[in-house]
Amino acid sequence: MQLSRRALLGTAAAIPALAATRPARAQRPVLKIGVLTDLSGPYQDIVGPLTVDAVKLAVADFGVSAKGFDVEVVAADHQNKPDIGSNIARQWYDRDGVDVIMEGGSSAVALAVAGVAKDKNKAYINSGAATSDLTGAQCNACTLHWTYDTYMLAKSTGAAMVKAGGDSWFFITADYAFGHALSRDVGNFVTKAGGKLLGGVRTPFPGTTDFSSYLLQAQSSGAKVIGLANAGSDTANCIKQAKEFGITASLAGLLVFLSDIHSLGLDVCQGLVLTESFYWNHNDRTRAFSDRLWKLAPGRRPGMAQAGPYSSAIHYLKGAVEMGPAAIKKDGAATIAQLKKMPTDDDVFGPGVIRQDGRKLHPSFLFQVKKPSESKGAWDYYNLIGTTPADEAFRPMAEGGCSLVKA
Amino acid sequence: MMMILGIPAPLLFGQLLLGLINGAFYALLSLGLAIIFGMLNIVNFAHGALFMLGAFTAWGLLNYLGIGYWAALVLAPLLVGVFGVVLERLFISRLYKLDHLYGLLLTFGLALILEGLVRNFYGSSGLPYAIPSQLQGAQNLGFMILPNYRAWVVVAAVIVCLATWLIIEKTSIGAKLRAATENAPLVQSFGINVPRMITLTYAAGVALAAFAGVLAAPIYSVNPNMGTNFIITVFAVVVIGGMGSILGSIVTGFGLGIVEGLTRVFYPEGSATVVFVVMVIVLLARPAGLFGRAH
Repeated sequence: MQLSRRALLGTAAAIPALAATRPARAQRPVLKIGVLTDLSGPYQDIVGPLTVDAVKLAVADFGVSAKGFDVEVVAADHQNKPDIGSNIARQWYDRDGVDVIMEGGSSAVALAVAGVAKDKNKAYINSGAATSDLTGAQCNACTLHWTYDTYMLAKSTGAAMVKAGGDSWFFITADYAFGHALSRDVGNFVTKAGGKLLGGVRTPFPGTTDFSSYLLQAQSSGAKVIGLANAGSDTANCIKQAKEFGITASLAGLLVFLSDIHSLGLDVCQGLVLTESFYWNHNDRTRAFSDRLWKLAPGRRPGMAQAGPYSSAIHYLKGAVEMGPAAIKKDGAATIAQLKKMPTDDDVFGPGVIRQDGRKLHPSFLFQVKKPSESKGAWDYYNLIGTTPADEAFRPMAEGGCSLVKA
Repeated sequence: MMMILGIPAPLLFGQLLLGLINGAFYALLSLGLAIIFGMLNIVNFAHGALFMLGAFTAWGLLNYLGIGYWAALVLAPLLVGVFGVVLERLFISRLYKLDHLYGLLLTFGLALILEGLVRNFYGSSGLPYAIPSQLQGAQNLGFMILPNYRAWVVVAAVIVCLATWLIIEKTSIGAKLRAATENAPLVQSFGINVPRMITLTYAAGVALAAFAGVLAAPIYSVNPNMGTNFIITVFAVVVIGGMGSILGSIVTGFGLGIVEGLTRVFYPEGSATVVFVVMVIVLLARPAGLFGRAH
């Protein structure tokens, strides 16, 4: 490329113009929330873009402009890969000035990002991952775990099904951190409730689309219940193919979201028993929240993993008002400590508390999928058949093995 | 109950049958790939995305035009085949004289674009597509319940694979096609329109992928990733069978489906990788593949 005098002069003239466009030193501090989620892969409809909209709705509902600081929301795609997730987290914390990461989906990414948050002393509030290790052996002072975990699911769905007569189980497990944690926790509950574990099979993740072979193995084991320790399209394929192959054992959807029922249809899913900690049509507050979200992002009703970040964002902003934006930007551990001190209350989960090990407590609900004739329209899919109160829904703090818990 | 290698016999036969059904998909998809590579020397990485397009076209025909499964079996491959003609004329035909790598890169890029577009408009959870009423239900074979639809998949795949093999190996048009790949200028001097034949061949390979997509729609979740799950395994199948060998891809497709099915019984965690282990072994012993001819 020839460097002409004209080009050099032009560039020299442009530099002050560029410098001039940098805004004058901001009058108000800006808090930056990073939403790290699966924007394009198998969990896109369970977490994905709607979680970003939920956080934006929280910022709008909280009315930050009146509180003396601004909030910026950025989003990125971790593609369910821990290395990509932790690289984005590092970049966000180090280079881009993100103050808190709120994340949806993938237990493997959650564990990786929690480690990064601890290294950098920055805040991390996970609301989409399932592994109960986030508040157990892998807990740290910079991390909170919102919405749900494998223990909550195991206790609600597992115990309920054993009580209803399903006392022999066979697991189809997605072969990674989440699947292992889920089948471990549910297995513990089943044996504690007097049931038997007849075996299980681990399916490669991601990439398995045909579960017929595993379903047949489950059938031949003679188990009364087939526990699906997987999520997203894995669960959808299992349910669809179980119906196709005339599997007579009951299916326990150990992690099923509203979006899965929507994509499979009530015809295939009716009668399926599952646990969520949020349902949009549950009470007036949840309905109001869902309608506000619909205005922002029409077409989909949120499941618990998409509504969760709204709740965590509201609570974080309350913390920012308490601590002051400067303090909350400086120290992640201090931020998390402050958030643990404050009780929570929002339209998604109602009132709740956060424990010393970082676990947020709220009730869990056992739902059964409606028959097509019972549903009044799209997204009206659940009948509530049981509730576990907040103080019983999650693993007792002493049993988790978290180093933060004082004896 | 008779036990074979520690597994009850009924379970083993059931898994073999399931492996055969999966093998049907592998055979159909690798057949299309082998045709495109054998005739056009293009490594068609877009094959999985075109398979997915076939399934989505079937869904679209049902939801927007009310056209059911049986018509979709013919219409969807036709429509996607026409799209294949467009792709070939616009992009792929420019690469025939170049290194294989360019074809690979181009088709890989096309695959990403197609999947991204579909994901953008339809999400990633999948769309429902019901098994046609004539094929619902199942037969109780004693050692397992075989859904009628899955039996149909094997039958349809075998028929289409055999028909394709017959056309290519036993008809005059197939002979002209094979001649054109060996010596295009000479064949062209006979007055045969070689570029048009090549375009139609690409379209035929694409149509085979789309046909497999329509077959897959009722039993697999119709989602943008459904092609990526298959395509890597299918490439391994084609390499094992011998790139460009039609019979090789059909036989290897069914064979590897069975091998994968058996692995699922004895070592499920390895079922995603066993195909590649076989590929490594075959390439070490016979670099041209089981049925291939060294170029």
